[in-house]
Amino acid sequence: MRLVKAGRIIEDRFVRVLDDAPVPEGVAAVLPATRLLADARDLVLRQAPTGVIWPNDRKIAELAPYLDWIALVALVFPTFRDGRAYSQARLLRERYQFRGELRATGQVLRDQLLFLHRAGFDAFEVTKDSDAATFAEAVHRYSVFYQPTGDGRGSTLTARRARGPSPVIQNPREYAA
Amino acid sequence: MYIYDDFDRTLVDERVREFRDQVARRLSGELTEEEFKPLRLMNGVYLQLHAYMLRIAIPYGTLSSDQMRMLAHVARRYDRNYGHFTTRQNIQFNWIKLEELPDAMADLARAGLHGMQTSGNCVRNITTDQWAGVAPDEIEDPRIWAELLRQHLTLHPEFSFLPRKFKIALTASAHDRAAVKIHDIGLHMHRNGVGETGFEVMVGGGLGRTPFLGKTIKPFLPKRDLLSYVEAIMRTYNQYGRRDNIYKARIKILVHELGAEKFTREVEEEWQSIKDGALALDPTVVADIAARFRYPEYEALEDNPPELAQARADNRFRVWLDNSVANHKLAGYAIVTLSLKPAGGPPGDATAQQMDAIADLAERYSFGEIRVGHEQNLALPHVAQRDLPALWRSLEEIGVATPNVNLISDIIACPGLDYCSLANARSIPVAEEISRRFKDLDLARNLGRLHINISGCINACGHHHIGHIGILGVEKNGEEYYQVTIGGRADENAELGKILGPAVPYGEIADVVEDVAAAYLELRDRPGELFIDTVARVGVDPFKERVYAAR
Amino acid sequence: MTSPLQQKLKVTGPVVVTANRLGDGAVVYRSADGSWTKDLAAAAVVTTTPAAVDLLTAALADKLKAVDAYVAPVELTPQRVLPGNLRERIRFNGPTVALPGER
Repeated sequence: MRLVKAGRIIEDRFVRVLDDAPVPEGVAAVLPATRLLADARDLVLRQAPTGVIWPNDRKIAELAPYLDWIALVALVFPTFRDGRAYSQARLLRERYQFRGELRATGQVLRDQLLFLHRAGFDAFEVTKDSDAATFAEAVHRYSVFYQPTGDGRGSTLTARRARGPSPVIQNPREYAA
Repeated sequence: MYIYDDFDRTLVDERVREFRDQVARRLSGELTEEEFKPLRLMNGVYLQLHAYMLRIAIPYGTLSSDQMRMLAHVARRYDRNYGHFTTRQNIQFNWIKLEELPDAMADLARAGLHGMQTSGNCVRNITTDQWAGVAPDEIEDPRIWAELLRQHLTLHPEFSFLPRKFKIALTASAHDRAAVKIHDIGLHMHRNGVGETGFEVMVGGGLGRTPFLGKTIKPFLPKRDLLSYVEAIMRTYNQYGRRDNIYKARIKILVHELGAEKFTREVEEEWQSIKDGALALDPTVVADIAARFRYPEYEALEDNPPELAQARADNRFRVWLDNSVANHKLAGYAIVTLSLKPAGGPPGDATAQQMDAIADLAERYSFGEIRVGHEQNLALPHVAQRDLPALWRSLEEIGVATPNVNLISDIIACPGLDYCSLANARSIPVAEEISRRFKDLDLARNLGRLHINISGCINACGHHHIGHIGILGVEKNGEEYYQVTIGGRADENAELGKILGPAVPYGEIADVVEDVAAAYLELRDRPGELFIDTVARVGVDPFKERVYAAR
Repeated sequence: MTSPLQQKLKVTGPVVVTANRLGDGAVVYRSADGSWTKDLAAAAVVTTTPAAVDLLTAALADKLKAVDAYVAPVELTPQRVLPGNLRERIRFNGPTVALPGER
C-alpha cells in the first residue's frame, strides 16, 4: 500500500491510534470515529493535527460539528465495489465545505482513482504499488465530464454554455423548456 | 434522434481507450478476474455459457441507419452474423471474444455506439416508448429528458458502485408503452392543473425474486428539477441500499423496508440541499441538448393516399396493415412495426443481412431512423403512408413482416439456458414451439392482443411477471419445469400475474399455453373482450380448472 | 440449472473441472497435465470428492488461462465421455436451437 497525495507517493505523517490506546503528543494522529466522538473535547486542544476514520455506514452529519478543526477524514472502501464513501466524500466537500485532507482507504485500485478524485478525495491509500505509480495517468484518462462535482473540473454543462449553440442541425425542433 | 457533439464523441473514445488498457491488464494477469469483472460489466461484457456476450446500448431505443449498419458489421466481423434485441432496448451479441473487444468497441465508437453501463451496479440504459416523438397521444418527446439523464448518469463518480443495478424508464403518453411502473425510477410526463408539463416520479418498481410496482413519491416534479431530484434519489439509495445480500439490494427493497413515506422524506430532505444548485436545469442547457435532436423534414401529406387505398385490395397487405402499422401524430405518416418473431424462430433476433436491409429501408422510407421496442421488435417511425405498399413488399422479402405484432406469437423471451449462465431452463425453444402452435394467423387474430413473456430464471429478464401469460423456467431434480402466471400487464394499469397452477415439464408447456388460449375462447363474454380483460373479469380459477383438469 | 458456481462440492459420480477460456470465453476442460482443452475426451475425469477438490483448486489457481472454474458431472459410456446434465450438454454442444440464418 502506498499513500498518494498531490500526485506523489508520500510518507504518511499520521499515526494510526487503535481503539483505547493513548493518543501520542505532538504527532499527527488518526482515530476511530467512536474515539473522536467520545473524546472530542480533549482532542480539539491537541497541538498536532487530528484525523478520523469514518465508517461508510455512518452519516456524515454526525461528523459535521468537528469539521472545522479535523485535519483529516479517512473514508472506507471495504471492497472497491462498495461505493458508499463516494457519497460521503461529496457531502463532506460540497455540503460541509470540508477543506482538510480527504483520504480513500480500504481497497483502492487504479480504475477507481479518477472517480475518487472527482468525488473530492485528495489522498489515496492505493492498495497496489503498481497502481500508485500510475496515479497521474489514471486521473487523466478522461477530459470530458458530464456532471459537475466539487472537484473543480469543468463539466459539459458549463462547457456547452460557454461554447454557445451547436451548429444548426437539419430541421431542429422548436423546444420549450 | 440525438447527434453527438465533440464532447460526446470524445467521452466514448476515451472510454474505449480505457477499456483497451483494462483488457490488456486482465490478459496479462495484472488485474484479477475479481478486479476486472465489475469493469467489464460496466462496458456491457458478460461471460455466458459459451462465450462472452456484449450488450450494446441503444439509448431510449433510437438507432440511425448508419448505426444499424455498424451493428451488422460487428455481427459479421466479431460474432456469428446475428444479434438479439432485448427487453431494455439494447442489442446483444453472444459470441464475442474478449481479445477482440477493444477493436469491436473502437468500431462501435465510430458510429457513436458503446456498451457503457449496460451492465454492472450502475444506472443502465434509460428506456422509453419506442414511439417517442411520433405517437399521437404523447404530450412531448420524452427522449430529450432521457438524453439529459443519460448524460448526467454516465460515468457519474458517485453512482458507479451502487448496491445493485438501476433502471430508469420514461413515458410521455397517458398509455404507458415503456412499463415505467416496473422500473427503479419511472417517470411519467404529464400536465398539471395549470398546463405545465412535469414528471410523476415513481420509485421502487422491479421484477425478479421480489416483484414490486413503483410507488409515486412525487406526483408532479417540474422539469427544472429533474436532475437534482434524481440525484437525491440516487444518493439516498447509494447510502442506504442494502449491501449485505444481493437479493435485497435493489431500491425496491429499500422503499419497501423503510416504507414509501419515510423513503420520500429522506429523498426530499436531501433534495432541499441541492435543488437550487448546479443541477437546476436552466432552459439554455435543455435547449442545447434539444438542438442536437434531429427531426425529419416531414412533408405536408394527406391520410389514405391513392397508393395506400389501392393496395388495400390485396388481402395479405391489408392484414399486415391492420396489424403492424400504427397511427402517426402527423397526417399522411405511419409507424411501422417490424416483427422479429417469425413462426418457429427465436424471438428478437436479426441477422446481419437483415440489419443491413433494414438500415437501407430506414434510409429510404423512415428518414434514416429505426426504433427498438422492449417487446423485442423494431419500428420505422416516420413512414409516409404512400410508401407502405412498397415497404411491405421489401419487409416481406427479408422476413420481418409477419403480421403477428401484439398477438400470441409475438412472444417476449430472455435468451435462457441456451445462452445464459444464470438460467434454470431454456426459453427460446419454448417460444419457438408456442409460435409454431399459433402460426395460423386466423387463430392468432381471433385470440387478439395477448402478450406471452418467458423468463428462464427468477431474474425475470423476460418480464414474465407482467405478461398476460407469464412463463417462468425453474429446475426440479435436474429437469426443466415451467410455472405459468396469467393476468400480468405492463402499462399504466400495471399488475403482476397470478400463478395458474403447479409447474409443468418442458414437454407440456406448449400444451398448457394452448389450453389457456382455449379456456379464454370459452370464457370470454364476446369476441372483442381481450384476454387480459377476461382474466380480470373471471379471475384465475376458471382458467386453472380447465387447464389442470386433465393434469 | 442452479449455477454450479454456487453449489457446495459433493461428488457422487464421475466429474470434470470446466471453465471458460479467458481470451475468448470458449468452454474448456481441465486435463491431467494441467492444461485446458476444448476436447471433453481429453479432460481429467475424477470420481471422488478429494480428487475433485484437488483438481478444482489447481484450476482456480490458474487464473490466467481460464475463468470461473467449477466441477461438472460427466457420463461415461464405453466409447466416450459425455456431458452429465443439460447445462453441460448445452455448454459443450452449443445452443439447442438453430442460430438465426442457419435454418
